[in-house]
Amino acid sequence: MNALKTFKIGGVHPEENKLSEHVAIQSLPLPKQVILPLGQNLGAPSKPIVKKGDLVKVGQLIAKGESFISANLHSPVSGKVLKLDDAMDASGYRRPAIFIDVEDDVWEEGIDKSDSIVREITAGKQEIIEKIKAAGIVGLGGATFPTHVKLMIPDGKKAEYLIINGVECEPYLTSDHRLMLEKGEEMLIGIQILMKAMQVDKAIIGIENNKPDAINHLTELSKNYAGINVQPLKVKYPQGGEKQLIKATVNREVPSGKLPIEVGCVVSNVGTAFAVYEAVQKNKPLIDRIVTITGKAVKKPSNFKVRIGTPLLQLIEAADGLPENTGKVINGGPMMGKSLSTVDVPIVKGSSGILLMKQEESHRDTPKVCIRCSKCTVVCPMGLEPFLLSKSAKLGKFDKAENERIMDCIECGSCQFTCPSNLPLLDFIRLGKNKVGQIIRSRK
Amino acid sequence: MSQFTISGSPHVHGDDSVKKIMYTVVLAMVPAMLVSVYFFGFDAIRVLLVSVISCLFFEWIIQKYLIKGPLTINDGSAVVAGILLAFNIPAGIPWWIVVIGSLVTIGIAKMSFGGLGKNPFNPALVGRVFMLISFPVQMTSWPVARPLFAGGFTDAITGPTALGILKEGVGAGKTIDQILADPAMPSYIDRLAGNMSGSLGEISAIALILGGLFMVWRKVIDWQIPVTIILTVFVVAGVFHLIDPQHYIDPTFHLFTGGLMLGAIYMATDMVSSPMNMNGKIVYAVGIGLITIIIRLWGAYPEGISFAILIMNAFTPLINNSFKPKRFGLVTKK
Repeated sequence: MNALKTFKIGGVHPEENKLSEHVAIQSLPLPKQVILPLGQNLGAPSKPIVKKGDLVKVGQLIAKGESFISANLHSPVSGKVLKLDDAMDASGYRRPAIFIDVEDDVWEEGIDKSDSIVREITAGKQEIIEKIKAAGIVGLGGATFPTHVKLMIPDGKKAEYLIINGVECEPYLTSDHRLMLEKGEEMLIGIQILMKAMQVDKAIIGIENNKPDAINHLTELSKNYAGINVQPLKVKYPQGGEKQLIKATVNREVPSGKLPIEVGCVVSNVGTAFAVYEAVQKNKPLIDRIVTITGKAVKKPSNFKVRIGTPLLQLIEAADGLPENTGKVINGGPMMGKSLSTVDVPIVKGSSGILLMKQEESHRDTPKVCIRCSKCTVVCPMGLEPFLLSKSAKLGKFDKAENERIMDCIECGSCQFTCPSNLPLLDFIRLGKNKVGQIIRSRK
Repeated sequence: MSQFTISGSPHVHGDDSVKKIMYTVVLAMVPAMLVSVYFFGFDAIRVLLVSVISCLFFEWIIQKYLIKGPLTINDGSAVVAGILLAFNIPAGIPWWIVVIGSLVTIGIAKMSFGGLGKNPFNPALVGRVFMLISFPVQMTSWPVARPLFAGGFTDAITGPTALGILKEGVGAGKTIDQILADPAMPSYIDRLAGNMSGSLGEISAIALILGGLFMVWRKVIDWQIPVTIILTVFVVAGVFHLIDPQHYIDPTFHLFTGGLMLGAIYMATDMVSSPMNMNGKIVYAVGIGLITIIIRLWGAYPEGISFAILIMNAFTPLINNSFKPKRFGLVTKK
């Protein structure tokens, strides 16, 4: 095993609580109805190409990504389009969505839904990118950035490393961990495909060493895959942050305001690599994903393979129901996830886990005064001064906030997690980022 | 359908609190408290109790009747201020001077700025310096340390501190050898263990370092501040000692006498009044070390750490503006 690495500045150690790490991935039964929001990817929402009453098959294109940064959307089920209407999504807003009533499970022709592994990569660079684009693949770590856009390296830049994010530094979440254990080989083929598309010969899979089984498994498997290395990492949040992961694995710092390609890196999540394998080798568009359902009061914390658009409630029921004392429902992990107002939302491409928190875990302590302990500064992985940014934003001093580099904040929440006075640091920093972002855009 | 709580991330908290930090500091001061009780007996207990109780009382009454804000006396910060104030004064001091000192500590240095987190200067040191200037005789009547079971510890024998003997001797033109031969001068071992005259909490370097290590381990203080202060004092004192060993005493003497350990470990590290970023902390600590040794070598007072810390406290906002943490993504790429 390689020596452990990690990023240098800041970081915290939240309780890991990986309750479902030993629970194998199960398939969630087909829902009766799916709701497919059109804005499941970062960038422009997809444009629907079906109408009410249309019959669709599994894997059929139902909405197209037309702008540069956008992604296709496929029907994850077969059945009849019930309506195109607004529906509440995980963001808490009502947004346009396609509703499909499920009938049978008829797949589009040409999709290989068997489990047999296709190892030989026949597609060329351009064909791979086209296939990934057609399959509607987005970053499955949560950012949902369209993968094909990431693979088109801008002129004048050169990619040297493909870095695969198997860190899963968010407490509770285990979907990536299970995927690495159960679909390791497919994932490695997916990584090879990505390497071919980007024309790089080095790929590094970063995994924190609280997942020794995944590290060993993939290290063993990767011996047969030239250029792919597994890099064990010290457990430290937010190592799964793109910039932190690049720093940890290849010791390069992405300059402020720039993308990873600036230092020759492209980062992709393990789930994305698996989806790429399925798209290119099996012709299967992105219609399902692995979702962790977990929480201290959840009877059966588990990992499910879920069709996109499945109602969240069905996932919760599969884990033996919504615990009575649920106080908070979080889409994602406890550090960066979003709290939901209702369980009446569909699973989308970006849902990596659902965390149900007990009533007593759901409230913050009363904020007290800042005692200038500087712990927030010490833990900030971007080398910022959260207390200062938060205060500047609160007082409306946005020029000060901008000068103090508020836009570098990655919203990892380490500052607020650490603050002994329970100050809502990140709340105000988010507010400040929003405002400073507007100011910056208005200058152009 | 139940109502769910909506809030921004993060949804978990590290469970650290102001209260925990403050009581960690209190715990870290227990060894020094025990040593003070061992050497100064009942007087030490009396001064500690008067100081802590009056600090709590003044904080409570000011919050309740003047500020009319939430009561936070149980957060432990007034207890810490009270103990630190007691640590900085001689054990034999009349109780009412301690009460006045507490009023200055809490009322003027802390609450008049808005309470915890707002004070620019270390409150206990403001109280201490106020007392030193207002009651110079009582504040420099140092009881002689007498181990608890040596018998007859109620008599009020006072004697000069090691630094006082040094300052007076150098002032009178004696050589260092002559000064060290003074029968009142504590031996090396006594200076380390605390068997000497001095403020209540400053005498035992060992007990203070023990508490300091505990605070470093509990991440309540950064080791860089005390180490830099001590190192600065040591280096400057050492350079002058090498130049003229009969006029400047050897540098280790400075480390284990006076309030250097107490000040460097417990007062200069005060979160509220010290800088926020590591480079700034180092600059601040070097400043404290320099001013301390300058006062000790050439100033009118035998001891200077209180003044040094207060002076550097005044620079803290400036230091915070000048020294920023190492930003991610600003280095030149390899």
